[in-house]
Amino acid sequence: MPLTRSELYGEPSADEPQQYLWTMNFGPQHPATHTTLRLVLKLDGERVIEATPDIGYLHSGFEKLGEHLDYNQYVTITDRMNYVSPMSNNVAWHTAVEKLLGIDVPPRCKYLRVIVNELSRISDHLVCVGAMGLDTGAFTYFLYAFNPRELLYDIFEALCGARFTNSYTRVGGLMHDASPKAIQMIRDFLAGFPKVLDDLERLLNRNRIFVDRTKGVGVLTKVEAINRSCSGPIARASGVTRDLRKDEPYLAYPDFDFKVCCAQAGDCYARYLVRLAEMRESMNIVKQAIENLPSGPVNIGVDDRAVLPSKGQVFSTIEGLITHFELVMSNRGFDVPNEECYFASEAANGELGFYIVGDGTNRAYRARCRPPSFIHFAIFPHLIRGHRLSDVVAVLGSLNIIAAELDR
Amino acid sequence: MSTQETVKSLSQAFGPLPASHFRGQTRVVVPVDRLHEVLKFLKEGRGFDFLVDITCVDYLYYRDAVDRFGLVYLVANTATNERITIRALVNDPDPEAPSVVDLWRGADWMEREVWDLFGVRFTGHPDLRRILLPDEFSAFPLRKDYPLQGRGERHNFPVITRAES
Repeated sequence: MPLTRSELYGEPSADEPQQYLWTMNFGPQHPATHTTLRLVLKLDGERVIEATPDIGYLHSGFEKLGEHLDYNQYVTITDRMNYVSPMSNNVAWHTAVEKLLGIDVPPRCKYLRVIVNELSRISDHLVCVGAMGLDTGAFTYFLYAFNPRELLYDIFEALCGARFTNSYTRVGGLMHDASPKAIQMIRDFLAGFPKVLDDLERLLNRNRIFVDRTKGVGVLTKVEAINRSCSGPIARASGVTRDLRKDEPYLAYPDFDFKVCCAQAGDCYARYLVRLAEMRESMNIVKQAIENLPSGPVNIGVDDRAVLPSKGQVFSTIEGLITHFELVMSNRGFDVPNEECYFASEAANGELGFYIVGDGTNRAYRARCRPPSFIHFAIFPHLIRGHRLSDVVAVLGSLNIIAAELDR
Repeated sequence: MSTQETVKSLSQAFGPLPASHFRGQTRVVVPVDRLHEVLKFLKEGRGFDFLVDITCVDYLYYRDAVDRFGLVYLVANTATNERITIRALVNDPDPEAPSVVDLWRGADWMEREVWDLFGVRFTGHPDLRRILLPDEFSAFPLRKDYPLQGRGERHNFPVITRAES
């Protein structure tokens, strides 16, 4: 990568003699980047003068693929964007598609989507806080955080058969209804999870080393957070009270009672605390949703001709077979307007939006994803300036950059 | 309601602008030479302080489309949660739009991404380089005339042997 210097921040020009500055390469393969992203750091001793991110190592043309796969097929690609919480991406994608198509899903589907969205938020935050602990030297903490994720994977497996790349949603509904076993597993998880959170809090929140390494590091003010388009827990840790679940309620979120967790400090420690607090709120939402889960169908009716029939219907009835055929053939399928619309959902990392342009065919004419990781990694040079080399991993950990979503 | 007021105040300040509504969203099409003014007016006059996203659509094969590229600016107001979509149409051979990095720092990487994948140049951007693709890349892959596979772009990459690395 040519090291063109960023003139955005009004730094001294490249002509000045600065032999005392070291240039250090960080990544793309480094244990603390967790995925493939590269930083070129300018160091004065141990102090970072400038960080130049170099991304694109994982660019796989997801948006181009979105123009060649139909609305149901593309959900498999959204799994691979933020692979730490794939269910959130599934929900965001298909809710966006349904907004374009003008479909209103049944209440049971809305509740189940909220449940999987919140469970994957818990899963994402567990990775983030665990990895942050790992990067700052608390290895045991990482294991405590990763253990409950195994239970979450079991729940996802019971819901849709896949542990990692779920592809649970479909246009107009879900792949399967939740079985009583899956619901019982979610109840069991909820019963045990408060103890996990208590363990996590007691293990690290007052740990001297961890607090010293994260407090006051990577401070993002409220004004900067808004100006740099930050959203989600990162903006909320800086005092921005924006949460799309409250501000623009979608799916079944108006039915639930929960708090928006905010902090004022805007440093790594505040972001860590906001994530911990959000897990408790997510747990409350799931608890309310699972106890009030409406009965009834999980998919919209077959008369709307938008939802895929179940495999049993396809293989045993002629009507099911015809409906399936009509939907998957490339010259038939959904009734799509020649319009474009944007839908944003509150994913674990922030505002995850899809801007979809429909052109009357089965495939999106343009499937733009607004990836929170991409927007948040752009603020990294601003956050790290003036801090020490060892703070790089703390700031990276607190931002929770998922490189697959960053590069798409 | 307030979105209607925003559209009204926009047309008062800039003359009649074509606006449309779809699924509760308001889109306003703005001529590209007034784009910066309009966004500045929205940010400073109407409190749209949050730039959600900048993206682009290539309308090459779109039915009844006249212009080639449509830039999409999604802005939001963090106090009232109002959203509005500003669209600007740019054309070949030299698609250009004014940069809004001076209004929102967050626009920096978003504009770089649009430049990288669509080749729309943002004048006044402080650091307009490719971001996702390597610097040696010569095409703009999200344009509609770029195929899903092929064109042999792998051949263009410099090959470094072990001896010279």
